[in-house]
Amino acid sequence: MGKSFYGVELPNPLMLGTAQYPSPAILEEAFRASGAGVATVSLRREGAGGAGQTFWQMIADLGVHVLPNTAGCHTVKEAVTTAHMAREVFDTKWIKLELIGHTDSLQPDVFQLVEAARILSEDGFEVFPYTTEDLIVGERLLEAGCEVLMPWGAPIGSGRGLNNIYALRAMRAEFPDVPLVVDAGIGLPSHAAAAMELGFDAVLLNTAVAKAGDPVAMAKAMMAAVEAGQMACDADPIEARDMAEASTPVIGKAFLS
Amino acid sequence: MTLYSVIGAGVAGLSVATELAERGAQVQVFDPAGPPGPHGCSWWAGGMLAPWCEYENAEEPVLRFGQEAIGWWSKRTRVTKAGTLVVANKRDLPDMRRFARRTEGFTEVGREKVAALEPDLHGFGQGLFFEEEAHLDPRKALQDLYRGLVDRGVIFHKKIAPSGLENAIDCRGLSAREYLYDLRGVKGEMLIIRAPDVEITRPVRLLHPRIPLYIVPRGDGVYMLGATSIESEDSSRITARSMLELLSAAYALNPAFGEAEVLEIGVDLRPAFPDNLPRIRRLGRTIYANGLYRHGYLLAPALAKGVADLALHNIHSEMVDEDRA
Repeated sequence: MGKSFYGVELPNPLMLGTAQYPSPAILEEAFRASGAGVATVSLRREGAGGAGQTFWQMIADLGVHVLPNTAGCHTVKEAVTTAHMAREVFDTKWIKLELIGHTDSLQPDVFQLVEAARILSEDGFEVFPYTTEDLIVGERLLEAGCEVLMPWGAPIGSGRGLNNIYALRAMRAEFPDVPLVVDAGIGLPSHAAAAMELGFDAVLLNTAVAKAGDPVAMAKAMMAAVEAGQMACDADPIEARDMAEASTPVIGKAFLS
Repeated sequence: MTLYSVIGAGVAGLSVATELAERGAQVQVFDPAGPPGPHGCSWWAGGMLAPWCEYENAEEPVLRFGQEAIGWWSKRTRVTKAGTLVVANKRDLPDMRRFARRTEGFTEVGREKVAALEPDLHGFGQGLFFEEEAHLDPRKALQDLYRGLVDRGVIFHKKIAPSGLENAIDCRGLSAREYLYDLRGVKGEMLIIRAPDVEITRPVRLLHPRIPLYIVPRGDGVYMLGATSIESEDSSRITARSMLELLSAAYALNPAFGEAEVLEIGVDLRPAFPDNLPRIRRLGRTIYANGLYRHGYLLAPALAKGVADLALHNIHSEMVDEDRA
């Protein structure tokens, strides 16, 4: 059973972004066909004055939980302003907090992230911070009021999968009761399944589906993958070992022939 | 004889009026803004007739209908058939491989061929060449259609169409949204620059993770630089970010573009339906033809044929999605 996200039980562990699809119709079909329960949406650009209305209404009409994000923000001030705008537009306390620190890797600026998380949490937001796999940063984010952590798998849009499995596993062990989401870097269903096998509670991805040749089929594949990974994790997988261990007993067989 | 009233003199309206008039129908056109000009979003288009490149991120009808466009326009305005060259910065080469997988109608070209096609492109070792593609000057194309219609005796009324018109064909783009519940605006921004020291002879696309950036030569050192595609319905201004991205793209193609003069800044909203494909709808006495999205010049000929087929012969092309006459 998955953990709740600020008191909300999600129907499944797949969160999908809403950018870069060939058309809103394909976006909608990807959600419908996969059954993903959370839609992230970027609010930064030209959002003031409700000018994105029609598209935002389409997202709202998907009937899933909307997780607005602060994509593209580089400073605490920008991120906080965007979060307030998102709360008004989508009438939700949820905010995916993204504070970009590095131009090429889009690595989060974790110092500003912690500060913005504190400001927003105190203001009543329920913050989903996009962070690295650093344990101390994770701890600070929890102290700042976050009840979810979202470490990256790999840089945004890179499709490289889980770059640092050791660190993600350590994070899972360090924060056993905190809902953890692998956010960013997923390229293939096998990456998403691997994250779930590590015991993560959900996977958030966008480009891997939106830019696939068939986004609808890829969304379904991702859903199958996260469900398989979660099921496998719950099923207590075997330990890897160095030598073979026959699955059929060998006792009683001739071995000197 | 039936008189058809086309409402809106952008690329959709003028193409529809042309198709009807050429098939012998009697046509009049209403547009309160007058002849084609900066008030319409097709004035700001790139004018690329690039069905194969567009197919990378569009549905199949764009490829099929788009191929008819080159011939249709060639009969009515000057079309330059010089192909399209697609290049990418080194870090974005995976995007080029994806682009190649997602479309057809190109040859892969190396450094020498890129240099032979466009000597003024700076430092691109790989590219995709879409030889069959073409481009036109959208402003000249609109004016050529306009003159062609006037020559045929079509009357242009510089006023709002009276309500209750029989046989009206509404081609007003986003202005018709109160009748088209699922129409939305998609913001596009573009620049016109003049760089007499750079000579690029065909549309060049620079692959970019977020925006399909392209540069289209308009002659005499003038280039159209486009275009953003943002799910926003605020068309008041270009943002600094968009301007930076557009100019950076030009600069990446050749640093000499850094010296270019910025002549014009265009911002407008493309009318689009949820699948980004155009639609023809007959509701009562009015036929609505709308939703050309990024593909005004590419799909207007097919849209015009579809409208004429419906209006004159009651033939329903696949663009007709609703008929409640």
